Amino acid sequence: MAHNHPVYTDNDPQSELVTLNLGPTHPATHGVFQNVLQMDGERIVSGVSTIGYIHRAFEKIAEHRPFYQITPLTDRLNYCSSPINNMGWHMTVEKLLNIQIPKRVDYLRVIIMELSRISDHIICNTIIAQDTGATTTFLYLFQFREHIYEIFEEICGARLTTNIGRIGGLERDFNEIAFAKINKFLKEFPVALREFESLLNRNRIFIDRTAGVAEVTQEAALNYSWTGPLLRATGIDYDVRVSEPYSSYQDFDFEVPVGTSGDVFDRYLVRNEEMWQSIRIIEQALEKVKTEPKGIFHADVPDFYLPGKEEVYNNMEALIYHFKIVMGEIDAPKAEVYHAVEGGNGELGFYLINDGGRTPYRLHFRRPSFINYSMYAKMSEGMLLSDAIINMSSMNIIAGELDA
Amino acid sequence: MAKATNTEIIDLLGHNFGEQLFDVSEPYGLLTFSTTKEKIIDVLTFLKENEKITFNFLTDITAVHYPEKEQIAVVYHLHSMVGGIRIRIKVFLNEREAKIPTATTLWNGANWMERETYDFFGVKFEGHPNLKRILNMDDLIVHPMLKQYPLEDPNRVDKKDEYFGR
Repeated sequence: MAHNHPVYTDNDPQSELVTLNLGPTHPATHGVFQNVLQMDGERIVSGVSTIGYIHRAFEKIAEHRPFYQITPLTDRLNYCSSPINNMGWHMTVEKLLNIQIPKRVDYLRVIIMELSRISDHIICNTIIAQDTGATTTFLYLFQFREHIYEIFEEICGARLTTNIGRIGGLERDFNEIAFAKINKFLKEFPVALREFESLLNRNRIFIDRTAGVAEVTQEAALNYSWTGPLLRATGIDYDVRVSEPYSSYQDFDFEVPVGTSGDVFDRYLVRNEEMWQSIRIIEQALEKVKTEPKGIFHADVPDFYLPGKEEVYNNMEALIYHFKIVMGEIDAPKAEVYHAVEGGNGELGFYLINDGGRTPYRLHFRRPSFINYSMYAKMSEGMLLSDAIINMSSMNIIAGELDA
Repeated sequence: MAKATNTEIIDLLGHNFGEQLFDVSEPYGLLTFSTTKEKIIDVLTFLKENEKITFNFLTDITAVHYPEKEQIAVVYHLHSMVGGIRIRIKVFLNEREAKIPTATTLWNGANWMERETYDFFGVKFEGHPNLKRILNMDDLIVHPMLKQYPLEDPNRVDKKDEYFGR
């Protein structure tokens, strides 16, 4: 990061190249990204990515916060799909503490995670369309992101930075309105998604702008440690949900879509198909929830699960546990654990070292946006500027996750 | 390909590196061991290129500071997508002389991970093509994730770290 040293070239008057500062606040980059490009006309000769504009030292803060206070930090990583981050963090701690989660909670969590995956993919795919000039599709599908946020609001009270769930389960059960809203969403969204696809999938202009742009080979993608839809677009079927199932994903029947060439069009198609698969998973999860005993929304672990306020005020035991948890007097094993979930952009990993204190000794986030973005400047070489913009949209780099 | 077990992997590694591997453990089923900075690139190359186990995917590089032991541990997470198995490798360095060969020769993805580790812990990755700060500003004179640096402004009396868990 070099924000107080603007990057200039040698300013050679003989040079034919032009230095272009793309960002940090360029409307086409959808976030705080700076790339200093050397331009030969409209073609990029070389580029340097400068990141860190919204670095908030989450890893340092996390060393000073008890486990349950770290959840709001994870919200602010990939804020387009915060629930996945929240759940990933809860599951990391649950793995550390060896907590067995009831099946019903697992299924409810799967519903939340798949809804947020859909909202994440809606953002990415509609923005690709927007950047190629198709504003209609953007406005049309984007309203369903709003409907997903309404569901989150019903479940946890928040919309964007959700802080959803607790260590050991969820903070409250889904109410009837939440289920009704999910069912309504499942009825309406496929119709809109089908229309969205019919507007773009065989659209000549869209294909011309995206197919063949920013092709990536499988070797390069693996070499740069890419994960998520970007890696799958190159044809490698790596999905954490399948390779290391968490939260009972092994109980679900779904497919992992892959592309062939890794270009922008393939990434778009992979994300679209993942939305269809997410719908399938949510439908199955709703059925499975019905077969489980009603009313269970957390594991029976009073040492770690914060009791409800009503209980705390009326029940002495709950009050004691409340204070024990808030004062951080929990006995967590001295151990280290790595847990990964499939985030919107790829493998979101939590590396947690606990030394028995109130707070983690060390917590590291493996942030897919950060790792995926490291190839961007290299990829842009030789590309047209307008292609580089679409490439960035299709990589779905989220500034919060990039800079942590 | 049949899934290689941790025992098979450690046998294979022990056969090739013997005494250079130590502190082998399996916390939560993830095979973990330490090696020396002289051997780390050989170990990583072996893991990446061995056809039996192919840990060809670098998941993550980070570091941990242990001020009591005056050590910084550089931690590598590798993943064998074919075998569906992960591995964790640690190298303990003296905190006053934190130098280690770069892994960018094996994976381009290591470039930014190592820059991040350098930025926050001051670990110098020898041979790295562009070892500069990445998230913090260039003027910063410290490596902020080292444990001696407090989270809050040390001059404030109302914000002491011990009120926040440490």
